[in-house]
Amino acid sequence: MRHLKLMILSLVTVLGNLSTHALEIEITEGVEGALPIAIVPFAYRGAGNPPAQDVAAVVTADLARSGRFKPLPLADMLARPSTTDAVDFRDWRAVSVENLVIGEIEPNGPLGYLVKFRLFDVFRGGQITGFSFPTTQNDLRSTAHHIADLIYEELIGERGAFDTRIAYITSVRDRQGHDRMHLKVADADGDNPQTIVASDEPLMSPAWSPDGKRIAYVSFEKHQPSIWVQDVFTGKRERITSYRGINGAPAWSPDGRRLALTLSKDGNPDIYIFDLRRRSLRKLTRHWAIDTEPAWSPDGKSIVFTSDRGGTPQIYRVPVSGGEPERITFEGNYNARASWAADGRYLTLVTRVNGNFRIGLLDMENGNLQVLSQGDLDESPSFAPNGSMIIYAGRDDGRDVLWAVSTDGRVRQRLATQVGDVREPTWSPYHQQRRGSDR
Amino acid sequence: MNKNLSRLAVIAAALLFAGCSSTGTRKESAAVVVSDKGDVQIVKGSGAQTAGAAREGTWQGKPLDDPSSPLSRRKVYFNFDESTIKPGYVDLLRAHAEYLSSHPLIKVTIEGHGDERGSREYNIGLGERRANTVKRFLEAEGVDPAQLNTISYGEESPDILGHNEAAWSKNRRAVLVY
Repeated sequence: MRHLKLMILSLVTVLGNLSTHALEIEITEGVEGALPIAIVPFAYRGAGNPPAQDVAAVVTADLARSGRFKPLPLADMLARPSTTDAVDFRDWRAVSVENLVIGEIEPNGPLGYLVKFRLFDVFRGGQITGFSFPTTQNDLRSTAHHIADLIYEELIGERGAFDTRIAYITSVRDRQGHDRMHLKVADADGDNPQTIVASDEPLMSPAWSPDGKRIAYVSFEKHQPSIWVQDVFTGKRERITSYRGINGAPAWSPDGRRLALTLSKDGNPDIYIFDLRRRSLRKLTRHWAIDTEPAWSPDGKSIVFTSDRGGTPQIYRVPVSGGEPERITFEGNYNARASWAADGRYLTLVTRVNGNFRIGLLDMENGNLQVLSQGDLDESPSFAPNGSMIIYAGRDDGRDVLWAVSTDGRVRQRLATQVGDVREPTWSPYHQQRRGSDR
Repeated sequence: MNKNLSRLAVIAAALLFAGCSSTGTRKESAAVVVSDKGDVQIVKGSGAQTAGAAREGTWQGKPLDDPSSPLSRRKVYFNFDESTIKPGYVDLLRAHAEYLSSHPLIKVTIEGHGDERGSREYNIGLGERRANTVKRFLEAEGVDPAQLNTISYGEESPDILGHNEAAWSKNRRAVLVY
């Protein structure tokens, strides 16, 4: 229903107020240490109606979801300034807010806007930073995510990952019992979903290229699993492998030139390296067990994968150049589908705890495995490019939905509601550098 | 049990009378038991010819489509995290093996499936293992490997939507698709 509404609204080029389907933020362990911040609704300076998109609401939701910020509720604001002159820092010290964000939106040509924002240090009583961005109606949400990124970076000291995207698979079963599958791309908060592949046969395992321009995935069209690489923007695609047996689990090398993947053409699933330029294939693992779900380390030197060679599925690591795989998970009888954080130190994976499948965080320096989720069928975890959050799929009210959890496990959030089952989310790399002018 | 036995006797007798189907090629003698729920299994050693016979002995179509033939049963179910064929499915698979052996031009695809628990690509691996177990069984029974194709759908194509053992047990399956 929301999709339909979205489409209609886009058609008449009036972007709907997408904040109506309020995102539920679930605080799992309290937010001690989260920075108190106030984001005042941005003022509109033009004639006529302001844009339907509430920029400040998007910024607020982003910062809250990270678990690093505690935004002040609107109702608790003693004032709603939109210019520096109108800011009285006493209003904000009184409610113990450390940082304040204000902003303005001006018309900027047909369908264009100029969005200005300023970030203040309340106790010092001065501006920390301020930017203005030319944008359009359709890009207002993206601009809001970018503003959240700048605030995050300024106050936390690491790059923000709000202005990024996710890819995922949806499945809807019709009355005849047929499943309709979609591979979709959406904003990192789950909004603005767009279908890039639709099929009546299963779609699986989407993986972003390191430049964020292509997605590798598995499609069972024509009753044969094949690995495809598709350009996200043009929709043009290319079939990579379609061997007899399994063609699955594509994973990009950090330089974007190779894919690690799973083939069973020799009789059982093993990990292979496919060179996209030379179109050559190299077998990396050779074992009668199931070897699958490869993930490339950020330094490009090693690959972790799932194998049941020891009797139960566990995570193993092998040099990309080849060699004997080394087991790296030892806790519990089920650890699978690992992927790396950009720092190369942490893996997120699926781990079974008392019969429940949950999202785990493995510290490879000390082998410590922390459980981050509380569902019974959680799966497909994927790090944000800055490592601050993990997106995954899990059940809620009998449906598969997307969740985001902060990597410290403190804040968990269900992402925007979708039709049908939603699964296999994967977080895009950083957006290319955006432009904005310092003020 | 008594009811089953008497039912078996009735059906065996019916098959003896009806057992002159033109498509009957079965080498091994067996009787077909149709339970009240419509489940079919083969009971060996009853001395009855089975192929191509309907309950009333009037089936005129292809043996694969005969609802009373074991060949109409195409699904084999597995225990959690297992790919071994349970004893209850051995006779069903033997019937398919015999059919395929006697129809060398017919090909079948064995689909392997799993339940929704655990990670998806790993479940693709488990599904393939199940399909391969069935394939090897049929090959051991004399089927030409060229007649057999396998594909694993993992947990991607569940028979039953549901998040409990009742649904999972129906989704952990291998399916023969002619």
